[in-house]
Amino acid sequence: MNSDMEQRIDSLGLPYRTREDLKASLTGRDVTAEQFEDILTMVFSEYEKSRIEPCEAVGVVAAQSIGEPGTQMTMRTFHYAGVAEINVTLGLPRLIEIMDARREPSTPTMAIYLKDDWMFSRDRAREVSWQIEAAPLHEFGDITIDMENMQVLVMLNKAVCDRRKISVEEILEAAPRKIREKRHFRDFDVEGDPKKAVLAFTPKNRESYQNLFQLAEHVRNIIVQGIDDIERVVVRKEGGEYILYTEGSNLKGVFEVEGVDTARTRSNNISEIADVLGIEAGRNAIIQEALNTLNEQGIGVDVRHIMLVADMMCMDGEVKQIGRHGIAGEKESVLSRAAFEVTVNHLLDAAIANEVDELNGVTENVIVGQPIQLGTGDVKLIAKPTNLKI
Amino acid sequence: MGTSLDVLKHEMVPNHQIMDDEEVTDLLATYHLSLDQLPKIYHDDSAVKAIGGEVGDVIRITRESRTAGRAEAYRLVVKRPKK
Repeated sequence: MNSDMEQRIDSLGLPYRTREDLKASLTGRDVTAEQFEDILTMVFSEYEKSRIEPCEAVGVVAAQSIGEPGTQMTMRTFHYAGVAEINVTLGLPRLIEIMDARREPSTPTMAIYLKDDWMFSRDRAREVSWQIEAAPLHEFGDITIDMENMQVLVMLNKAVCDRRKISVEEILEAAPRKIREKRHFRDFDVEGDPKKAVLAFTPKNRESYQNLFQLAEHVRNIIVQGIDDIERVVVRKEGGEYILYTEGSNLKGVFEVEGVDTARTRSNNISEIADVLGIEAGRNAIIQEALNTLNEQGIGVDVRHIMLVADMMCMDGEVKQIGRHGIAGEKESVLSRAAFEVTVNHLLDAAIANEVDELNGVTENVIVGQPIQLGTGDVKLIAKPTNLKI
Repeated sequence: MGTSLDVLKHEMVPNHQIMDDEEVTDLLATYHLSLDQLPKIYHDDSAVKAIGGEVGDVIRITRESRTAGRAEAYRLVVKRPKK
């Protein structure tokens, strides 16, 4: 093969992978110009054959291709898949979740990859995990309620603080601030002693025990280290590097932690990905999550069907669900919408708004009994009389 | 803290590129499209902000496709509608 042929191949309207495959199989072979032409014609005609034909009902095919295997999936799984100890929704419920574009999956998790300096040592990986895992104040020391003086006393354990790489001063500052900010509870005074590592909370209302216990509850559970939404972090070694798996997801927060590889870290929360990384990343996330869910159940669905669904969901710049609040509910045609769900509401609303149905789509035409615009139904012939005498 | 986020470097974000007017005219002519028939992307989308796209621009997205190896897609930048 020579460079002329390579250029010829590139100038053809073939997909990138087909071109590369063709080049790869031709390199190092003696091909005459004539043979080359023959090969090109063959490749081209094969490619044309594999293309979807105009007016093909790809949506229906995709729906069936995902729907039918869906019937074979497990309805409820409480499996601890992939990672030990972390529970992830799988099977049909997860697939439904993806298609419904839920704001928050029922089991959000993240896979946090680390940068070079952190990824090869368990200890260093643990260090990053302390910055991520949400740790409530009671893990750092003893909390006692002093009924006599109406106080909540926190005795910090210095060994724990050292191990988790957080200074006593930081905790003394963070705890009251976070109770005020995150819990909107302000009726207390606070006194901290860095030397003794003691923090004393006093409620403003010193008459009420109820108030005191309420304060104690806030003090016990306030998150002083880590990211609020991430409840648990598990460190695992995979392919020579340490990866953190989490229960709970907060991409934005995790990206700000030192040591986290911001190019590979991912979440299973699709709308979060779309918000933080853009709609195209959201599209990729839908494809990956759906494909993983199906493959995990041993079901092979062609990626093209899933790509079509993902494209539809991300068409308008944000992730939309397949359903009456998303794609199906935003169709132009009244009859098409009414055929999907909540029929009466749609018809009533359309009547009030004086909507007109142009009968351009498939569903509407099936309803009124006309040929649908798919396949041969979409082709219209107009006779051009050439020798007509009037 | 240390790490800064570069959206475009993330594995899941394909290459985004703003197209110039000539390319847009070509694109619309080849596919017999009007501008508003293109898929949309919001002006405050992280990737659009990262490359400095503005409302009315057309973005060329070069995706790593599982079927074609590499595939191009196009999106028109629009303003995010108010809820």
